[in-house]
Amino acid sequence: MSRFRPPPWFVLLLPAIIILSAVVLIPLLLSLYSSFTPYRLTRPETLYKWIGTYNYEKAIESAHFWAAFGRTILLLTIALNLEMLMGLGLALLVNKVTYGQRTLRTVMMFPMMFSPILVGFQFKFIFNDNVGLVNNALQSLGLSNVAIPWLVDGQLAFFSILVAEMWSSTSVFAILILAGLFAVPRDPIEAAKVDGCTPWQSFRHITLPYIMPFIYIALAIRSLDVARAYDIVQIMTNGGPARRTELLWTLIGRTGYVDAKMGYANAMGYISIFLAIFFTIYFFRKLNAARSELGMAG
Amino acid sequence: MAKVNLRKVVKKYGALQVVHGIDLEIDDNEFVVLVGPSGCGKSTTLRMIAGLEAISDGEISIGERVVNDLPPRNRNISMVFQNYALYPHMTVRENLGFSLKIAKRPQEEIDRAVEAAAQILSLSEYMDRKPGALSGGQRQRVAMGRAIVRHPDVFLFDEPLSNLDAKLRTQMRTEIKKLHQKVKSTIVYVTHDQVEAMTLADRIVIMRDGHIEQVGTPLEVFETPANTFVATFIGSPPMNLLAGRVADGEIAIEGGPQIAVPDPFSGKVVNGQEVILGFRSDNLMPAGHAMPMEGGFTEFDMKVDLSEPLGTETLLFGSLAGKEVQAKMLNPRPVSDGEELRFQLDLTRCHLFDANSQQSLR
Repeated sequence: MSRFRPPPWFVLLLPAIIILSAVVLIPLLLSLYSSFTPYRLTRPETLYKWIGTYNYEKAIESAHFWAAFGRTILLLTIALNLEMLMGLGLALLVNKVTYGQRTLRTVMMFPMMFSPILVGFQFKFIFNDNVGLVNNALQSLGLSNVAIPWLVDGQLAFFSILVAEMWSSTSVFAILILAGLFAVPRDPIEAAKVDGCTPWQSFRHITLPYIMPFIYIALAIRSLDVARAYDIVQIMTNGGPARRTELLWTLIGRTGYVDAKMGYANAMGYISIFLAIFFTIYFFRKLNAARSELGMAG
Repeated sequence: MAKVNLRKVVKKYGALQVVHGIDLEIDDNEFVVLVGPSGCGKSTTLRMIAGLEAISDGEISIGERVVNDLPPRNRNISMVFQNYALYPHMTVRENLGFSLKIAKRPQEEIDRAVEAAAQILSLSEYMDRKPGALSGGQRQRVAMGRAIVRHPDVFLFDEPLSNLDAKLRTQMRTEIKKLHQKVKSTIVYVTHDQVEAMTLADRIVIMRDGHIEQVGTPLEVFETPANTFVATFIGSPPMNLLAGRVADGEIAIEGGPQIAVPDPFSGKVVNGQEVILGFRSDNLMPAGHAMPMEGGFTEFDMKVDLSEPLGTETLLFGSLAGKEVQAKMLNPRPVSDGEELRFQLDLTRCHLFDANSQQSLR
């Protein structure tokens, strides 16, 4: 009697295969499949109706979707650049501190320790037009005598979200860039000083190339973060007013769970994934280029 | 091309003083080597000249300018660092031309200067490589090239050869010497290696614990050391030092032979004075295997504990008055350990130091 004996490599990999299938592969395939159906959470039988690429066409033709898409890219671009510059400045300052630097580094990481949901609530309060800190301060200082509708006006709301986002995440850049600054050898900097560089020139020509890889790592991590931004926006404005701060994932989340149109939400999700993939590849390319520039590429 | 003057230069780190008011005048086009054991303040002194360390007191001038408060970029100096300190993200060409680019010189001028430096240091084949793709010796040459393209007033070398292997070090030493002949300029060079100091320097500055012990040409410091520290630091093997007491024109080595007070010192010692007698192994040789002694000499017996044949000569290790003493044997014959030989000590080349101050009695 000959029994089927699977090859050893398969047997050894089986636990991993089972776990990965259960956790990643099957949900992924299921969601991909459901994006080709009119699946609604409230009507399970709709999962078995094939409608081809209808959901994708609908998403591509939807102005709301593209508005959210564009707004996400806008937030990503502005937030990442500002966070990078501020993180760099913060790191350079902290790097100069000789006494109490360890404490300062810990303090710098505090914003990262808060749940984004709480950050959202906190900034919702800070920017509240009646009882918020910002308006209160502006009025007490006599800079304004009206209640500025921070979270109601579309552009101001976007700005408020940006501030909350930066408050919570600038330290990611600061910490990573600071690590980069620690790794910069002292000798080339001194050589540059002797070679006639002003402090700005030695930063620009020597220090910056050394910390570029760290900046790109931070950018890659944060681009994924912002591309899936949901929590802060959900709490502060819920995508409103009138969709004016709608981002991709608040739109997708609402479509899937509030409107229960899971098939359509999944289709939008798959299109959005490309955004994240694009930024990841882009920043990793940059990272490798910066590393090989320094002769560190393997 | 400029003089460098240090006047009462002091360096303190908080309460800790590491350089104690040193005075030094370095001439135009002079090659001065600062030498001393680690921690003697030689690198700190160099870095103060460069402006990488602030000076705590005193005055440093380059040319006619006092540079105490000038940042390094305004001092018109070049520095070669121990670990090369090349810019890893630039090619050799960019490394060489960086200082001129920063100074916003026209591109043709940069190209010409870089080409010339590459020629002098035979770097032309590697111009488009990055430092990561170069060997240690090549990196060192790039570092030197980077220094010479600027035509600085003063070159500063901070232990430039200590990261190279022995063979390359000898070779680069010669290149630095040649470089100094080709590119006439003032050089201040720091090393802990007395051979480097002896071979390169016009003048050697020997430092210890933040003080200058002696300044002089290589031969001066070798032949007339100012104190016992210089005597043992310069020259290899180090000078033999024996403690003794002066009595009636002779030095009584405790538990050893009586040795006449060498001529240059007669009249400079008094009876009963505690002294240290110093002599190099080249001046203590077994009778029959020695240079002909032209001046006064003395003879005594000594047991040889160990011998190291070097071919043309043999180093002999014995002991006098409980201290190890090294001697040399010319036209050597095999010597067995424990053999007792008659030694001749050339008195004209002996040194005498005061036992208390350790200073030369010359």
